[in-house]
Amino acid sequence: MELNKSWYIKGLQDGIPISLGYLAVSFTLGIAAKNAGLLPMQATLMSLLNNTSAGEFAALGLISSQASYLEMAITQLTINLRYCLMSCSLSQKLDPKASLFHRFVIGFDVTDEVFGVSISVKGKLNPFYTYGLMSMSIPGWALGTCLGVVSGNILPRRILNAMGVALYGMFIAVIVPPAKKNKVLCGLIIVSMFASLLFTYLPVLKKIPSGFQIIILTVVIAGVAAVLFPLKAENTEE
Amino acid sequence: MYNIYLYILVMAGVTYLIRVLPLTLIQKEIKNCTLRSFLFYVPYVTLAVMTFPAILSATGSILSALIGFIIALVLAYRGADLFKVSVGACLTVFIIELFL
Repeated sequence: MELNKSWYIKGLQDGIPISLGYLAVSFTLGIAAKNAGLLPMQATLMSLLNNTSAGEFAALGLISSQASYLEMAITQLTINLRYCLMSCSLSQKLDPKASLFHRFVIGFDVTDEVFGVSISVKGKLNPFYTYGLMSMSIPGWALGTCLGVVSGNILPRRILNAMGVALYGMFIAVIVPPAKKNKVLCGLIIVSMFASLLFTYLPVLKKIPSGFQIIILTVVIAGVAAVLFPLKAENTEE
Repeated sequence: MYNIYLYILVMAGVTYLIRVLPLTLIQKEIKNCTLRSFLFYVPYVTLAVMTFPAILSATGSILSALIGFIIALVLAYRGADLFKVSVGACLTVFIIELFL
């Protein structure tokens, strides 16, 4: 019990930067939602239930063009498919004793950020750590969306620009420290960033939707690495 | 006329299933070494791919973003925690943009 509580508190703390970053992104999302004709209540509900930036931005486009529900379902499936990969990875990080109930709750908020921070803990993941992250980040995401709809210019541009890097800063804080001690990880990160650069700017490749780019690059690069540099048994706990 | 609430429910349902199925279906530890290694490497590759070059277009100018990126790398390498790296990057961008 005490252990769960201290994991929860640690999660709350580490959730602060997620929340800050979310506030900036969801603020822009709220402005887009307003332009798509959503009421503050509707936009906030959308953010509360979905927790996916790219998915929600795409949804707004579909809503304003009155696309079919099937189109909406397929778009969400393709854009958010990367979460499936993250959930698979998370299933191995999670404490094997974690009950089905915990799995259903954690599954609600497997975002890029909550996932990234959850896998950064040492050893197996205690579900309460993720609950702490969720308790900070979900309100941040929903509140930002709501504020964006209600008043498009409450935050000055300068502040929004600065907050724009918050989430990336977190990703860096997650991947860099383990790479310091592990040459394979270090090489993997450099290769990944370079490949991502190519996919962003090269003709043909840049036409691939970003959700798929992430999936393709992840499967190929992590796959090759798994074959070339299989983990030793004791190595997975890092 | 389409109903916005139904749109939201469809979105939420699909997205939740994508996230929850692997977590509930894969409850055991995977024994296969290649698969285990693959899943271990996934987060590093995914997060690296999502960070760069996307971070460069996250602020008002490429220059402020690039310097913010470098500062974040340095802070993380020197062992700063999540919060410090993240806020450090934000402050860097803020300060650089004051001079642009």
